[in-house]
Amino acid sequence: MTQAEDSPAMPGRRARYEAALRRRSMWVAGVSTTLVFLAIVLLVPLAPGWEAVKKSFFNWGVFAKTFPGLLDAFLLDIAIFAWCAPLIALLGLFIAICRDIQKPAFYPLRLFAAVYTDVFRGLPVILVIYLVGFGIPGLGLPRPWNSPYIWGSLALILVYSAYVAEVIRSGIGSIHKSQSAAGLSLGLSNADTMRYVVLPQALRNVLPANMNLVVALQKDVALLSFVGPVEIFRQAGVYKSLYANFTPYVGAAIIFLAITIPMTRFADHLMNKRRKQEQ
Amino acid sequence: MLSLKNIHKSFGGHQVLRGIDLEVSKGEMICLIGASGSGKSTLLRAVNLLDPVDDGEIWFDGADIAEPGLDPQPVRQRIGLVFQSYNLFPHMSAAENVMLAPRRVKGLSRAAQRGRVEELFERFGLGHRIDHYPDQLSGGQQQRVAIIRALAMQPDILLFDEITSALDPELVAEVLDVLRQLRAEGMTMILATHEMGFARELADKVCFLDSGRILEEGTPAQMFDAPAEERTRQFLSQVL
Repeated sequence: MTQAEDSPAMPGRRARYEAALRRRSMWVAGVSTTLVFLAIVLLVPLAPGWEAVKKSFFNWGVFAKTFPGLLDAFLLDIAIFAWCAPLIALLGLFIAICRDIQKPAFYPLRLFAAVYTDVFRGLPVILVIYLVGFGIPGLGLPRPWNSPYIWGSLALILVYSAYVAEVIRSGIGSIHKSQSAAGLSLGLSNADTMRYVVLPQALRNVLPANMNLVVALQKDVALLSFVGPVEIFRQAGVYKSLYANFTPYVGAAIIFLAITIPMTRFADHLMNKRRKQEQ
Repeated sequence: MLSLKNIHKSFGGHQVLRGIDLEVSKGEMICLIGASGSGKSTLLRAVNLLDPVDDGEIWFDGADIAEPGLDPQPVRQRIGLVFQSYNLFPHMSAAENVMLAPRRVKGLSRAAQRGRVEELFERFGLGHRIDHYPDQLSGGQQQRVAIIRALAMQPDILLFDEITSALDPELVAEVLDVLRQLRAEGMTMILATHEMGFARELADKVCFLDSGRILEEGTPAQMFDAPAEERTRQFLSQVL
């Protein structure tokens, strides 16, 4: 008799109650989602300007004609992203370590790192892009050193490495003192303790936070269009003028989302995994 | 081998060590006993130079290692410390934990160390755990790995800071067995411990610390059977 009660084939009171609760909440969620969706589909076209918006933002003909060109232009976004990201990682790590060096001889480096992170986190990205992207080529440098690709990218690298440095520094701070004590007690140098004991753990801890910065960087590459490179946002603008229609911007938005949503999801996934490990 | 003279240490105005004198000869095992906060851990961390002392001298191998400004790294390579909470590196396997310091400090490659490290793990009953990560090991196993990690530097002295206090009772014995083995091999050791039975069985000298001073010291028989000081008697009656 008692064996039958223990068997998983017979759910207990609690399990039956929870199953009923789950069924009920799924039903409520389904109905309310359907209602909201229907309201949008039915009500939005009733707005007085809907026809005009539909024609200039959701024009299928323009979309089909411009989408391949936008995809091509997006390759440039990816290329800029691809050469900026590793440089940002390296510079960010360097700045983070500079800020933690205690030796007096390195004080200038420490000061520089502190000023650096304050300045570049304190400025709007677009402003840095303008200043660096127009200012440095304005010095009259010879080709190819007057390229907006180089200086626009540098602006992104400067700003983002400042953020990455702060994230890494918070990661270093999150490692318990007992870890470096263990490293030092074995006779490891300060530098080795940082490199082999603290940093690997710190970087792993802040991986999700850095993933969010990676997503933000992918989007901010579009800002480079203001100093020259014909990447996707600029290309959409060209098409807009050509067809007198805003649909290319919608196309660009779709392409960005196709890349950034999976990246964001991945970052969230890492974040959740981290949280579970810490429990 | 090690000689402490009038060691003082305070943290933020609170005097933790107030004039400690202690002599340790080669091959001796010294047990520090006393209530929490009596200064046992601070004393061990001072000898390992993790927390530099405010005043006093620590003579080790003909040099005063308490000298302010002295490079602590070479000293720490010769005086190991095992922590209460193991402090293994969680991102490295047990073997990597053990091999890191000899690799970086003594320039011994992994391949050169592997044989000797396997032997150490085997000797302390962890041969089958050598490539596990700390979170895959029990507390007792982790603490044994931590001891092996300290041993791998071939130190002259090993310090143990209440290394069984964080363990579940049934895991204490396996760690104490390791200490017994080291004792038999003639390792010089200083232990801060609450394991009175162990101290009585194996220590050459037992020191009772009370608010930052060594109030009484002697052989285990003297200390446990006929303590001279009232405070020592009180403490022992509480823990025995």
